[in-house]
Amino acid sequence: MADLHVNFAGIKAPNPFWLASAPPTNSGYQVQRAFEAGWGGAVWKTLGDPIINTSSRFAAMHFNGQRVAGFNNIELITDRPLEVNLKEIYETKKRFPNHAVIASLMVEPKQEKWHEIVKKAEAAGVDGLELNFGCPHGMAERGMGAASGQVPDLVQKQTTWAKEAARTPVIVKLTPNITDITATAWAAVQGGADAISMINTINSLAGVDLDSWNTVPNVAGKGAHGGYCGPAVKPIALNMVAECARNPEINVPISGIGGIGTWKDAAEFLLMGAGSVQVCTAAMHHGFSIVEDMIDGLSNYLDSKGLASVEELIGRTVPRYSDWGNLDLNYKVVAHINRNTCINCNKCHIACEDTAHQCIDMLTSADGNKYLQVREEDCVGCNLCSIVCPVDGAIDMIEIPNGPPMTWNERQIAIKQPIV
Amino acid sequence: MHMNRMKNRSISLSDLSQNFQEIEPDLTAKEAMDEANRCLYCYDAPCITACPTSINIPSFIKKIASGNLKGSAKVIMEANPVGASCARVCPTEELCEGACVLNDASQPIMIGNLQRHATNWAIHNRAQLFKAGEKNGKSVAIIGGGPAGLSSARELARLGFEVTIFEAKDKAGGLDTHGIVSFRLPQRVSMWEVEQVESLGVKIRTNTMVGRDISPDELLAEYDAVVLAIGMANVPPLGIGGEDAKEVYDAIEFVESTKTPPMDTHLIGKKVVIIGAGNTAIDAATCSVRLGAANVKMLYRRTEEEMTAYEFEYEFAKQEGVEFRWLTQPVGIVKNEAGAVKGVICLRMELGAADESGRRRPTPVQGSEFTVEADAVVCAIGQTRYLSLIEAFGLTHKWGTVKVDLATLQTSNPKVYAAGDVIFGDGQGDAMVVTAAEQGKQAAYSIYKQLIGLSMVQTS
Repeated sequence: MADLHVNFAGIKAPNPFWLASAPPTNSGYQVQRAFEAGWGGAVWKTLGDPIINTSSRFAAMHFNGQRVAGFNNIELITDRPLEVNLKEIYETKKRFPNHAVIASLMVEPKQEKWHEIVKKAEAAGVDGLELNFGCPHGMAERGMGAASGQVPDLVQKQTTWAKEAARTPVIVKLTPNITDITATAWAAVQGGADAISMINTINSLAGVDLDSWNTVPNVAGKGAHGGYCGPAVKPIALNMVAECARNPEINVPISGIGGIGTWKDAAEFLLMGAGSVQVCTAAMHHGFSIVEDMIDGLSNYLDSKGLASVEELIGRTVPRYSDWGNLDLNYKVVAHINRNTCINCNKCHIACEDTAHQCIDMLTSADGNKYLQVREEDCVGCNLCSIVCPVDGAIDMIEIPNGPPMTWNERQIAIKQPIV
Repeated sequence: MHMNRMKNRSISLSDLSQNFQEIEPDLTAKEAMDEANRCLYCYDAPCITACPTSINIPSFIKKIASGNLKGSAKVIMEANPVGASCARVCPTEELCEGACVLNDASQPIMIGNLQRHATNWAIHNRAQLFKAGEKNGKSVAIIGGGPAGLSSARELARLGFEVTIFEAKDKAGGLDTHGIVSFRLPQRVSMWEVEQVESLGVKIRTNTMVGRDISPDELLAEYDAVVLAIGMANVPPLGIGGEDAKEVYDAIEFVESTKTPPMDTHLIGKKVVIIGAGNTAIDAATCSVRLGAANVKMLYRRTEEEMTAYEFEYEFAKQEGVEFRWLTQPVGIVKNEAGAVKGVICLRMELGAADESGRRRPTPVQGSEFTVEADAVVCAIGQTRYLSLIEAFGLTHKWGTVKVDLATLQTSNPKVYAAGDVIFGDGQGDAMVVTAAEQGKQAAYSIYKQLIGLSMVQTS
């Protein structure tokens, strides 16, 4: 069985599965239950003040009968006094000395405030700190959270202030509500961050109630934007992690957050450069027990790949992530439909016919059986048919030889060469 | 019919009407939503082709999933004016569900149950889905208010015709109202379909038998066209001794007697013998079980292989505890001193060479006579035709199957069209409600073409 232990920027944990700073980590009771269930670490729900409760606060995007494709909240940071949280952090760490307990922090952008909260948290025995520069609502309107996380100078300055007081590793949690996350990631590194984590939630409005015309959620008939997370945000988060991971100037560990619900999601983030992953929505949807299969599945996966430890998986796909200009423009795949597996729903045909390149024909064989066939000469290899196909293995994208590799960047260079 | 969804089928002897409640429950809202979301929304979907009325099934299912139940019900009822009944009685395994592409990958979509869910919404919400067309000045008489007649009437009314249905019974709906067992199709569903047709201004003259209360000639003189949708008649005589005994029933009448309360309690604890092995015979057998009979046996002169009942009907009957006696030919009914059934004298049969129907012909085994004890006998050996009425119209027919031009459903009298069971037989068509509904529609369109013009107009 592969070794799942991680050492993330000096923070040690029995596995890379941590609970993100969020409702599941609001109290010692919850964090201890999580550790009992198998979670390797927990980022305590953000400490700070004031304590405010918004009611109601959550909403979700359901998709074709599946609950919680995406999740939206307008809740704020911790709803309990600092002293209570610190006491419970101390007790939790005492009971679970080998698990990672990280305090998420958010204060006004003032040096003395950061010094004070860092010292208090560390005195409670945390293994590390996570600076919350990402919360998109409520706190941001008072100059905290995303309001500071969207300004690289403020990220750098506050990271520096926290580092001045910190004895444990400092993780800077970044907001995705920004054009280029590597700008704030770089600022965090300049400020001395030991690691970065991403993504916090994305500005969102979950919906509109078609009967009352209120927003969803609403507070006494009024709504305001919240933060979006859950399965739907995974591709956005994965890209941001990957962009930071492949940037040589952002050379600190990354904790991946955003839509992770299974070992497969986690493995993708690890491959894309994350050194640990943080989970919230999936736990809120199903409870802490989901971590059991995350551990079991990842372990079996590592065994099947012949890897002895999770550390060996981290970052393996990063070199394969690049700029569009470095993609081989001569590479060609075409769709191939396997008639034995195809169930003739014709979804590939209509998708191609209406919205792609009109190259899947509906035909009838001499014995009267209907079948679908790709006209390969017209297929551009877009993948759409294989995406809409409901049956695994019915459509393969087949590589076909198509001349020597040539990227856009190479082509631009070639064009500039004088013709000899 | 989905065996795994059947309710607990314990039979109540104290309240027989309970035994006639629908056995397959409605889908819950969640079941319907889950199932609707499972539909792939195929393009050129084979379920549509497999439906005799060509209901746009992916469309109505997508509308369930989107929460547009009114739109869903309209898609169904547009294609099939008796779509609520068909949701319950169609042999979906043989039709839409049998054609579902998911048969090859997982489980087919429960199309019938989803159709029932959408039409239940329309019934419950009293939705008015269609309206009559602008009057075109022409009138049509429809003989028979069953699925074919109602379907024809609905479409004719939408096309602007003045339509009158002549219905011999006290309620319209035909087989759906009177002939399909209540635990499959409650009468109220069929009556809703009747009301839908009436709401378009169609006049339904019940208790009016053409040939008795009004003559064919009067209809031909007063109306611009006639649709003959009279279905089939009673079960023919067995032609064996003792069939005049008390407690010998015609299966059609027997099932009809269970459609409206109060339930007849006199078969409780009795032995019932059913003669025949088609779908009506199964209905008679399962009704007998539900009327409290202690033992129900079906006698059939051929074997399981040759029986004409649908596979799922046979399966259902077996689960109901019905016993089957194959290769058994009734040759006489024994009466007791009161003149009632005491038993059925039978001969064992064996199968010989194939006959003209392609099925192996049963022949009696010499000296094999035996008696099956019975307190009642229900005969379900087929249905006769309303020959005298067909002949009064002077229509060409073969053994009561009215000949039509299959493209137009026009009979040998150009003013008379025929649809439904009256044209079933002699290699022509299927005896399904859904087929009758489609034929009713097609007859309406043919009449429109003949009387109004060549091209169809948009109906409202």
